[in-house]
Amino acid sequence: MIDGLPASRTVGHGYTYAYLDEQTKRMIRRAVLKAVAVPGYQVPFASREMPMPYGWGTGGIQLTASLIGPSDVLKVIDQGADDTTNAVSIRQFFARTAHVQTTTRTAESTLIQTRHRIPEQPLRAGQIIVYQVPIPEPLRWLEPRETESRRLHALQDYGGMYVKLYEDIARYGRIATAYDYPVLVNGRYLMSPSPIPKFDNPKLDRMPALQLFGAGREKRIYAVPPHTRVESLAFDDHPFQVQKWDQTCVLCGAGDSYLDEVITDDAGGRWFVCSDTDHCTRRRDGGADGGDRRP
Amino acid sequence: MYVAVKGGERAIGNAHRLYAEARRGDPAVPELTLEQIGQQLSHAVDRVMTEGGLYDPFLAALAIKQARGDLVEAIFLLRAYRTTLPRFGAARPLETDAMAVSRRISATFKDLPGGQMLGPTADYSHRLLDFALAETGLPPEPVPPVAGVSESSCPRVTGLLAATGLVEAPPPDSDEADTTDLTRTPLALPAGRALRLQALARGDEGFLLALGYSTQRGFGTTHPFAAEIRMGSVEIELEAEELGFPVVIGEIAVTECQMINQFQGTADQPPQFTSGYGLAFGEAERKAMAMALVDRALRWRELSGGDDARTPAAPAEDEEFVLAHADAVEASGFVQHLKLPHYVDFQAELELLRRLRADAGAVGCADGRAAGAEAPESVP
Amino acid sequence: MVVIDGPDPPLLTAAGLGKWYGGRVGCRNVDVVVWPGEVVGVVGESGSGKTTLLRCLAGMLAPGVGVVHYRTGEGTVVDVHALPEPRRRRLMRTEWGVVHQNPRDGLRMAVSAGANLGERLLAEGARHYGAVRSRALDWMADVELDTGRIDDRPHAFSGGMQQRLQIGRVLVNRPRLVFMDEPTGGLDVSVQARLLDLLRRLVAELDLAVVLVTHDLGVVRLLADRLLVMRGGEVVESGLTDQVLDDPQHGYTQMLVASVLPV
Repeated sequence: MIDGLPASRTVGHGYTYAYLDEQTKRMIRRAVLKAVAVPGYQVPFASREMPMPYGWGTGGIQLTASLIGPSDVLKVIDQGADDTTNAVSIRQFFARTAHVQTTTRTAESTLIQTRHRIPEQPLRAGQIIVYQVPIPEPLRWLEPRETESRRLHALQDYGGMYVKLYEDIARYGRIATAYDYPVLVNGRYLMSPSPIPKFDNPKLDRMPALQLFGAGREKRIYAVPPHTRVESLAFDDHPFQVQKWDQTCVLCGAGDSYLDEVITDDAGGRWFVCSDTDHCTRRRDGGADGGDRRP
Repeated sequence: MYVAVKGGERAIGNAHRLYAEARRGDPAVPELTLEQIGQQLSHAVDRVMTEGGLYDPFLAALAIKQARGDLVEAIFLLRAYRTTLPRFGAARPLETDAMAVSRRISATFKDLPGGQMLGPTADYSHRLLDFALAETGLPPEPVPPVAGVSESSCPRVTGLLAATGLVEAPPPDSDEADTTDLTRTPLALPAGRALRLQALARGDEGFLLALGYSTQRGFGTTHPFAAEIRMGSVEIELEAEELGFPVVIGEIAVTECQMINQFQGTADQPPQFTSGYGLAFGEAERKAMAMALVDRALRWRELSGGDDARTPAAPAEDEEFVLAHADAVEASGFVQHLKLPHYVDFQAELELLRRLRADAGAVGCADGRAAGAEAPESVP
Repeated sequence: MVVIDGPDPPLLTAAGLGKWYGGRVGCRNVDVVVWPGEVVGVVGESGSGKTTLLRCLAGMLAPGVGVVHYRTGEGTVVDVHALPEPRRRRLMRTEWGVVHQNPRDGLRMAVSAGANLGERLLAEGARHYGAVRSRALDWMADVELDTGRIDDRPHAFSGGMQQRLQIGRVLVNRPRLVFMDEPTGGLDVSVQARLLDLLRRLVAELDLAVVLVTHDLGVVRLLADRLLVMRGGEVVESGLTDQVLDDPQHGYTQMLVASVLPV
């Protein structure tokens, strides 16, 4: 993605192409290579202070900045949508600092930065999806100490995670994790898929695109290489299940996509729309109709 | 170039304009100059430089102006600028012994070589609002020169005590080459003392103050004495490779604090005073003192003979807890990211909660528990 | 050191164990052999080094000198303190178990009794919720806890019940060797008696080998096959429990026995 780009090329105000200096990009690319080589393993990296606050996607932005080149087509989504404020802000940042073409079309993009969703349209080989990650450590809620959780990973000592699932079922009759649902990557490392709804977990499995995860504040990068096995934790007699809706999207009628709920009045009125705005738009462009019942 | 334009984009643009308007306030009131901020809000400038990790009063003043006086935001602005600067090398360790002292006090000895020097402090003022300051007025009375203040001989208190063995000897000067830059290498735990001090120097003053305070109240057993606090300017020396000897590249103002604590000794070491160290840019006494207390608290493992089996007894002794949460920029960003949309996760939780409630409704609440609620602790 | 001939080779052998804390002795010159299915009691007053010895034997504390060998279920003999950490941890949660004096040290207080009982099974790879739960229910009954309380957290249990839960949690995957540190300490006399009966039954049923540290001669009288008497970090007397307690040879043992038995 960086072919043909002179290292010294700079963009306005004295900042380097795509904001980060070339040394930093190289450091991040080395971390990415290591992450790809050990799927699901959290690689520490010297995260930089970015001009956006921590927790707002600094990890993802650093990954994107170190991978992007002039020939890329960038898509940025937050909550599945291209027009949410943070997605707009990040897209503007790269349009400005990397002179890159941007798009809302999943299929047209070469690089997708996302917060909290995976596009509904299956990704293809050659694409890269970059996830923004707040807490990369799936064991954090069992063991807050990183010194200890890293040891648990090293020893593949994941019994505690299953204790939590057991406890959920004993208490609620089902596994009560709805998003950031932990997965086992390539049969080895337990991994946080970032706070995507568990609805998206099946898309992680054997995805043809490269999946990269960046946590800026926590200074970790990890990866799922193309076509890698990703299993969502479950019991044999309580298999993993995704959310289902009784409703369909009021705009496009989709019954198989992740739906956002919109409160329409103060009398309990609600309707549901696709969280993935590109998916919804494409369906409507193709003639689909949800029988829009909006007031 | 195609850029997706949606409602969000316009909203962001307008928000920025509103913020700029609010920053400027009433245009009839004269605009703040950076000189005014630098001269008259110097504590704010010092804090932003210290936690921003960049000694540049001009940029710090600019950051304060841009952030409308929000110091954490100003620190963030300065950091985001600093991170893009090239690194030329590491300076020689500061020779604070050779400081041109403007204030120097010790709480451990009434008098000592070099003397006590109060300097510019509000310590002994009565905290009464000075309504005279509400008026723009005459400059304050000049301070008459004091006889007998010597800048040349001001040895450090810990140095005086170390000669007797009562205070641990200062650690040997470390080689520049092994100085890890926290902003260029991810923090690995357990961290050495040098790295901890780097993190504490960048750490949030309020957080360190609370932790230092907690050690005084019994959460961590330290009985500290302020052996010395000194403030003044020191020279920065850089050893340029091609020269082979250090050259002075500038002068900065710093505040240094050394706290000493009684220490019981171990099998290998006799009882003596051990110290905690704090250093901050400019006049930042509170920060330097809090930092010194926390530094000493974090040394408990080393000073207890390196017993790995023991766990820290107090929050301020817990290296991972302290270092992971001390940075105001990280904390502020992550706390405030809760403002970002979480529609998708919330929808997932909503769906789960509805399902759990439906399950609970289906089986009835005959067994005395409702889904989503804690099961009563003593079901017979 | 009394050596007992048996059909099986020893399970645990420690030779020349010594541990110093700075200038203070934890234990020294200790030899221990534990045979399959036997309960070895370690008695002495507090500060005698018995807990240090237990921690060295269980691989939790590295001794200054000496070695601890363990014969695994597969029949290989391993040096406990030279084992790489992954193997030592696996041993800890499969073939070994540790029962702490304070059940809070051995239980996960934030999860239910059932989750506590199921943890070792889950750590070993059990992935069928129903199967784990039914094993947990069996063990609730085995340690004489009301099965109706399987979803309660340990906080809701009395001290004696917590201790029985801790024992169940350790025994659920049938370890071969269990280390117990004052398992009846801190409990009322009547609760102690019930716990001792339970332990005696389980040890016999499961053919467990146990290293049992206690200051209570009544406890070892009831549970231990053999006894080590410790004082000042050293073993001053050892032998069959009845023999040591009924005919103590060492002055210190005589004093210990005299101070207890007349009651």
